[in-house]
Order: sequence, then structure tokens, then C-alpha cells
Amino acid sequence: MTQPAFAARVDRALADPDLKRAIERTTGTARSKRAAAVAAWPDFAAARELGRDIKDHVTANLDHYLLTFERNATAAGAIVHWARTAQEACDIVVGICKAAGAASVTRAKSMLGEEIGLPHALADAGIERVETDLAEHIIQLAGDPPSHIVWPALHKTREQVAALFRAHHHDPGALATVAAMVASARRELRRRFMAADVGISGANFLIADTGAVCTVTNEGNAELTTTPPRVHIVTAGIEKLVPSTAHAMSLLRLLVRSATGAEVTQYTTFHCGPRRPGDADGPTAFHIVLVDNGRSRMLAEGLAEMLRCLRCGACLNHCVVFRQIGGHAYGGTYPGPMGAVLTPVLDGLAGTQDLPHACTLNGQCQEVCPVAIPLPTLLRGWRERSWREGLEPGVVRGSLFAWRFLVLRPALYRPATALALRVMRLFARRGWIARMPLAGGWTRHRDLPSPARQTFMAQLRQRRPSA
Amino acid sequence: MSAPQARPRVGLFVTCLVDLYRPTVGFAAIRLLEQAGCQVEVPRAQTCCGQPAYNTGDRATSRDLARGILDAFGGFDYVVVPSGSCGGMLREHLPHLFDDDPNLKARAAALAARSYELVAFLVDVRGVSVVDAAYAGTVTYHDSCAGLRELGVKDQPRRLLGSVAGLRLAEMAEPETCCGFGGTFCVKYPAISTRMVADKTRDIAASGADTLLAGDLGCLLNMAGRLKREASPVRSRHVAEVLAGMTDQVPPIGEARERG
Ligand code: SF4
Repeated sequence: MTQPAFAARVDRALADPDLKRAIERTTGTARSKRAAAVAAWPDFAAARELGRDIKDHVTANLDHYLLTFERNATAAGAIVHWARTAQEACDIVVGICKAAGAASVTRAKSMLGEEIGLPHALADAGIERVETDLAEHIIQLAGDPPSHIVWPALHKTREQVAALFRAHHHDPGALATVAAMVASARRELRRRFMAADVGISGANFLIADTGAVCTVTNEGNAELTTTPPRVHIVTAGIEKLVPSTAHAMSLLRLLVRSATGAEVTQYTTFHCGPRRPGDADGPTAFHIVLVDNGRSRMLAEGLAEMLRCLRCGACLNHCVVFRQIGGHAYGGTYPGPMGAVLTPVLDGLAGTQDLPHACTLNGQCQEVCPVAIPLPTLLRGWRERSWREGLEPGVVRGSLFAWRFLVLRPALYRPATALALRVMRLFARRGWIARMPLAGGWTRHRDLPSPARQTFMAQLRQRRPSA
Repeated sequence: MSAPQARPRVGLFVTCLVDLYRPTVGFAAIRLLEQAGCQVEVPRAQTCCGQPAYNTGDRATSRDLARGILDAFGGFDYVVVPSGSCGGMLREHLPHLFDDDPNLKARAAALAARSYELVAFLVDVRGVSVVDAAYAGTVTYHDSCAGLRELGVKDQPRRLLGSVAGLRLAEMAEPETCCGFGGTFCVKYPAISTRMVADKTRDIAASGADTLLAGDLGCLLNMAGRLKREASPVRSRHVAEVLAGMTDQVPPIGEARERG
């Protein structure tokens, strides 16, 4: 009933016992730390409303803030590029790298970079790419795509990481502890940081009134990615705009607490233009690539609220489906609830329509989202479109049609349900149905309680003949 | 809270699952509502709140059903539903089905504002704080998602359960985590749903309770069915049966001798 590709990815994920353990370890910690951080923040609800309002204000005035940002960034010495599509964005980045004669680039983790397929584009252009975020380094060694937007290597257990480092690092040492593993990665990456010609980063905020780009990390790798190389390229989605630094800080508070439960990131850096005369370091050329890639279409197609997303990952950490199947099963750049909304935008609904359907609409994602995105409503919106476009399988359409025929006709519905009860009870043994035609989805892994002998309505009629 | 209205006319929205699976819940709701001073009627023109269509994206069918609900329930002081998810459908979603029709939208909004989940209605509207019931056992209460997040049903059932003689409440880990039912989700994505409900039954077992309670029959059928497949001794009941003191009239969900 589901798209085979999705079903196959789900089966693979569910068959992997390490995966569930790895997911629970990381998301469990994230959930409890976030809960503690929110509990310790009496004004959380007000901050959340402010965050939502800031983002909605920017979305409603996007053209104004984009042009303001471009003007101020240009005045600070940056070169601003506009990319309508992923392909355009990659072409611009590769073009800059080639013009700079770059043989190798360092990259600080950026989900936008993944979204536009930048790793592939660099590889195709023959440019060596060094991922500097520890988790990105791990998955680069493993050849995996990210499985979480904050912890891309969430799916790897500590033991699997040690094995990877042993196989790939020049000087891995004993790797007996996490600290030793980090030290090995540091030895490996430091020399690459210094050798790179171009550093590529994303942006957490684009600050319109100063033209600065704000990045936040906990490892300091963004700073080492963007400072030593001659050229720094920022790729950022246009929804990252904020009016001012103060607005960025309001959102940062929400972002960090929701992502990790910390109060602030270890490193919060504002990149404003290239190296100026007298600066000790910094790139000599600073490029900012502003990427649309479907975002203005989201505005037009009823998904404006999704442009609030801070990429904090809280909705993933709290999603019961994500906790079972992990990120790769979603098959897109972005997993979890936010991914189930975004992937149909990026990859088209036909072929991804399982994502908005594989959800119980339990609402926990919306409850924890720091900018109050109504994720279940947006997912239901995709379902409506999928229904309208006839993407739902025939068996779903057929059963809903038959059901519709009856529920809209109470006078027929009553005898029909009475008959259905009689039939179902034929399959019951001591109150339970263990197998029944058409009920395999239910009965394969759980029993079905037998329905009542008589419907409530029929019993009521006997007890209250006037009713 | 303003003083409860003397004897309001309440339309009971039975829900299709209670109608088919667990009529006792309907009778328990009637008893509780009458004890709370309400005059209860059950319109015969009701079938389903429309969630199967609404959550599959079939807006047209959910609108057609909603129009019938407006006709059948428009005249009552209150509409009460022994289910958080069907209650949420009436209270939170019905008006949005008519965003393009101001007339129907106003009627739907008026109905939504008068629609309540059963236990929340008893506590929040009727000011009920104790029930006349006894239950010898340790129960654990699962917070069904829509009741919890759309309607704020959380303390009300616990408060009333606290007044049931002999009953002890043992909270499970993560009582607010979805059980994996999700309406059509559980049959469309059975593999994922099964893992979810298995995590839930693990938490239920670890609570040490002998009885699982919840306010939504869909979730209960899912969890009870999984408990049964795991041969767990934990029994499952709708919270209304316990609050109405009707547990001696009907065995737990799925147990034989269902007289209802
Ligand atoms: S949708 Fe909300 S919770 Fe999910 S990543 Fe975006 S901001 Fe965070």
C-alpha cells in the first residue's frame, strides 16, 4: 500500500537493532535536556510567540529584507549571488572554487549544502571536500548521508565510529574513549583546515541591517573553516533572514535550547565581509549565495509557516516515527516531521507522498517546535493534495469510497454495521480476532478485540424505545 | 468558572468505534452525564466524525459528514464525546472545513465551542470533582494525543480517578507518547505502528499496573490488541467505565463474556 522504496527503507531501518539504540541514546538525552531548559525558562511561551512573529514578519516582507541584506552585505565587501534552484547554487559555488584555483575545500556542516547537493557537485568538479564538523567527518568517512539535521551521524554507534577512524585516520591511536576519538579527528582535520583554499559554510541567520552572516557551532569548526582559507563562501536559504542582530539573538535562544538544551552555543560567530586592512586574518574574498530552491513556491502554496523553521531538530527528537525508523528511511535531505513537510517541496509529491502519511498526527512536533509551526496541519495539507491528485492507492480510495457511501446514510449505516458485527464475530475466539481477511495490517502483530454483539445504537433502542 | 447551567441538554456523540466495539462506554457516558445533572439525548442521525476521510485528505467527504453533524447536533446546549480525537475533530477541525462558506463556518464554530470530550466536560464545565465508583486495582493512564494536545485533557481524568474508591494510579514512563494507533496509520504502516505500540506496552508493563485506562477507544484497541498478543495480564478499559462504576457489568476489552 505504501511506496515500495519507502517501505523497503523502513524495513531496513526496523531490522537494525543498533539503529534504535543509537537513536534513543541521542534523542533521549536531547529530549530530557530540552525539557529541563524549557522548564527553567519562565518566559518560554512568550519567547516562542516572539520567535514565530519575527519569522512571520520577515516572510511577509521578504523582498524588503533580501534587498536590505544584499545592500548592507555588499557595502561590507561581500559579493552576493542569487540562486533560484539547487543547480544554480551549485554552479555558482563550483564556479567560485574554480576561479580561485581551489584543489580542496573545507566545509562546515550546512543542511542547505546537503539540500542543494553540494557534496556531489564538488566531487563532480574534481574538487576535494573536507568535512570539518565531527559528525559530518564521520559520515563522510562512512559514505552516508546525514540522518539528523543537528547530529548527522546519529545513526552511528560509538563502536562503529571507532572502527571507521581506525580504518581511515593516519594516527588513530587507541581510540578507547570518546575523548581519544575526538583527538584523533582533530589531528586528522587540523592540517586540512590550514591547507584549504576555500571554506564553505552555511548560515544560521542572515542579518539584514548589518549584512552579517551568523553561524553557530559547538566545535569551533566553522571558524576554522571560514577564517584561514583565502575564500569564504556562504550558502544560505532565503528564509534565514532576520531584521537585526537583536532578532537573531531572540531566535538563537530558542534554537539552542530546543536543539541541545544548552543556553547558548559554544561558538556564535558573525561574519561581516572579507578581511579588512589591519585585520589579523580572514578571507580575502567573501561570497554569499542566497538560495531560493522552492522557498518562494512554499509561500505561494500555503506552506509559509514552514519558512519559520530554525532547523533545531526538536521535532525529530520528539517524533515517535523518527524514533523508530531514523532519518535515512525518509529518503530526503530533511527527515522527521519537518522533513515530511519539506521533502515533497524539494523532490515532488509523487514518490514522496508516504512521508506526510506515515505520521499519526499526534501533535508532539508542533508542541515542541520553538516557532510553533503547525506541522500536523501542513502534513494534512499534503495529504489533501495527494488525494486531489489521485496519488493514493486504489485500495485506499476504494475503501474510503465504500465507507463514505455508508456513513453519509445513517439509515443504511445501521443495518450495515449490524451485519458487519455479525460477520466479524465469526472470526472471534474468546473475544479476540487473531486473523481476519483484509485485517492483516492489524492482526499480523496484534490481536483485534471482537466487536460488540450489538451496536450501541441498537442496544439503546431496546432500552429507550423512544430514542 | 460560572455556575453550571441547571439541567443542560447534552447531545451524546457516541463515535463509530464505541458504537461498534464498546457500547458500554456509551452507557457509561450517559450515566456520568446524568449524574452530573444533564439531560442526555442520542441523535440517531450520527455515524462518524469524519476523521478517516479528513486525515486521508478527502476534504469533500469530511465536509459532507460535518454538515450532517451540524444538522443533528446544532440544537443542543452541549455536544459531548467519549473520545479525545473525535472531540478534537468537532472542536478544533470542524470550522476549518468551511473556511470558504461563512454561513456554515459560523454554525460549525458555534458547535465547536459547545463540544467537549467527556471527562473534560464533567470536570471543567459541570464542576464534577468526585465520582461514585469503586475499582480494586492499580491503573495506569495513557494520554491519548488529540485529547491531550488539542483539548488539554490531562489532569481531569486523573482527578476523577483519584476519587474512585480502592483505585491506585501508577504512571507509566512517557504517558504522553503516542501509542501508534493514528487511525488509518496503524493499518497503512503496520511495521512502524507495531514498534510504537510495543514500546508503549513495555512502559505499561513496567508501571506495575494491572489495568490500562485511556479516553480513546482507538488507542485502547491498539494497545489491548498488542498486550493480548504479548500474553500480558494487563487488562484494558475506557476510563468512563471505571468512573461510571460499570466495570462489574462488562469484562475488560476483548475478554470473553462481553455482554454488551
Ligand atoms: S520544524 Fe520546528 S522543531 Fe522542527 S526543526 Fe524546524 S524549528 Fe525545529
